[in-house]
Amino acid sequence: MTIASFLETLMGGLMAGMLYSLVALGFVLIYKASGVFNFAQGAMVLFAALAMARFAEWIPGLTGINSPVLANLLAFAGAGVMMFLVAWIIERLVLRHLVNQEATTLLMATLGISYFLDGIGQTIFGSDIYKIDVGMPKDPIMMFENVFEGGILINKEDLYAALIAAVLVGLLTMFFQKTSTGRALRAVADDHQAAQSIGIPLNRIWVIVWCVAGVVALVAGMIWGSKLGVQFSLTTVALRALPVVILGGLTSVPGAIIGGLIIGVGEKLSEVFLGPYVGGGIEIWFAYVLALVFLLFRPQGLFGEKIIDRV
Amino acid sequence: MFYRENGQFKTSYRTDSQIFPIAQDRWAVLLLIAAAFFVVPMLSSDYMFRAIFIPFLIMSLAALGVNILVGYCGQISLGSGAFMAVGAYAAFNFFVRVPGMPLLLALVLGGLCSSAFGILFGLPSLRVKGLYLAVATLAAQFFSDWMFLRIKWFTNDSPSGSVSVSGLQVLGMQIESPTSKYLFCLGILVVLALMSKNLVRSAIGREWMAIRDMDVAAAVIGIRPMYAKLSAFAVSSFIIGLAGALWGFVYLGAWEPAAFSVDLSFKLLFMVIIGGMGSIMGSFFGAAFIVVLPIALNQFLPLIGGLIGVQISTSGISHAELIIFGALIVWFLIVEPHGLAKLWSIGKQKLRLWPFPH
Repeated sequence: MTIASFLETLMGGLMAGMLYSLVALGFVLIYKASGVFNFAQGAMVLFAALAMARFAEWIPGLTGINSPVLANLLAFAGAGVMMFLVAWIIERLVLRHLVNQEATTLLMATLGISYFLDGIGQTIFGSDIYKIDVGMPKDPIMMFENVFEGGILINKEDLYAALIAAVLVGLLTMFFQKTSTGRALRAVADDHQAAQSIGIPLNRIWVIVWCVAGVVALVAGMIWGSKLGVQFSLTTVALRALPVVILGGLTSVPGAIIGGLIIGVGEKLSEVFLGPYVGGGIEIWFAYVLALVFLLFRPQGLFGEKIIDRV
Repeated sequence: MFYRENGQFKTSYRTDSQIFPIAQDRWAVLLLIAAAFFVVPMLSSDYMFRAIFIPFLIMSLAALGVNILVGYCGQISLGSGAFMAVGAYAAFNFFVRVPGMPLLLALVLGGLCSSAFGILFGLPSLRVKGLYLAVATLAAQFFSDWMFLRIKWFTNDSPSGSVSVSGLQVLGMQIESPTSKYLFCLGILVVLALMSKNLVRSAIGREWMAIRDMDVAAAVIGIRPMYAKLSAFAVSSFIIGLAGALWGFVYLGAWEPAAFSVDLSFKLLFMVIIGGMGSIMGSFFGAAFIVVLPIALNQFLPLIGGLIGVQISTSGISHAELIIFGALIVWFLIVEPHGLAKLWSIGKQKLRLWPFPH
């Protein structure tokens, strides 16, 4: 194994990790603001990706718009509206009625939501494999050719995806830190009752936060969808992102990103170095075991809030 | 009027501490078991056995195991499918590799292997809890998915991890016909259900519940969290593993690792939540609900579609199934977060006062 190929694996891992953090971010946002561990994030990714793929397919026929850029933009906006509707309906019909229930009950409710979204998304938009073409370049590029022999091969698509993810994370951080809505969101995350008593409308905040998670799901769905095609297996992306969340800590946005990078790199390196000895395909459980090992030393995740038990 | 414990005096410690202290309960349970053993085999068809009763019995057993861990000890687990898989494959290995291995012994040994696996993946519960633990138990799930697909030794070198068993018999009796399969599962279920009913009201069961209600307080009053949690993992995964072995041996006959996927883990958790956490009775309700619902939907959706003049395709049905399933779960959680067992106990309470509610 040369340094170059090691670096190549490392870069691949970092970029995959960035995509994991994008999905993980959706979990963290909702958990922070409403204490709900949202198992439906994977279903939301699938739903958003399906909406976007099908809208992009339908719009040129319906409106006569020929420019693919414009059609994609419209499809993105349409899918965004769908995600807003989903967020609003979830808040209206589910969350509002489950205030003050135990965390397990809420977890189960989101599992129910994920079944529902899977079913209804495929009923409306169809259940074949669709493709999202947002013009991501597919050809790989070579880097550091003069430093290493043979250079490092990097997938351009991954690079763009990682860039988009980074921009989105930056925007979200700005939104949380600088706007008054963001401040309200952080207040709700800190303490529901205190936030309510100073006049922050909880219900609206929940809609907003599920919306934001919906948009994150849409971006994640778009990137994953253009990479792998939009199909049912997209929901498993969420299961891949779960170890990221527990590794980084359920309540921390930077945790989701750093956790994602660690998991991404760990997965790729383990597959390359460890995989051949045990028969390959160890990516999925290795991520979980890695997260578990971290948890044994820091039960609240890397950046999670310290859990204090009182009797 | 009929359901009332007036006049039933307990004159010894034995009568005071029996499982069903009220005579009517005792009779009802005995009648139910008798009906299950004698009346059901006479009345139902082979299809009913294969599609409803056998899966219901085995899933009840698995839900019972999950309920001990999740409902009684409060450790959320999303890895139940893995425990079932370990039980099934371990029992398969004992059954196939050891000549003359009796079926029952193979099943029990499979359960014990699953127990060991459960303890191993229960170790994180000593450090992490709640949602973190739920995700951590997924590690067990994915690890077992991988293990039975990739490590050929476990599956007797079959190419895609698919294995099959045949020639099942217990004490010289063939277990081939649906009726005999049903009776075999029923026998195991009754024994294990009574055992767990007793277990959860014994000292160790009370320790589990103390840990569930508040683990710090439980530790302060002298309950060993490690012992309590790991014993819950061991007992629960023994039962789940046994159920998994039955699922493979008796219900499926031939199976591959995908039969015990993460979907099954979710379904088992649904059974416990819908049936009622911390209730043996609830496990049965939950299993019945989850087993019967898809069959009922499959039967009735095309009918309803026909009534309103819509032809529903097969994929349409499977999607509608997902939608209705998800909606029902959410609806249940909103209307009755304590599950069907709570409705049952409300019903019993009402019956006690009936017909004079005041």
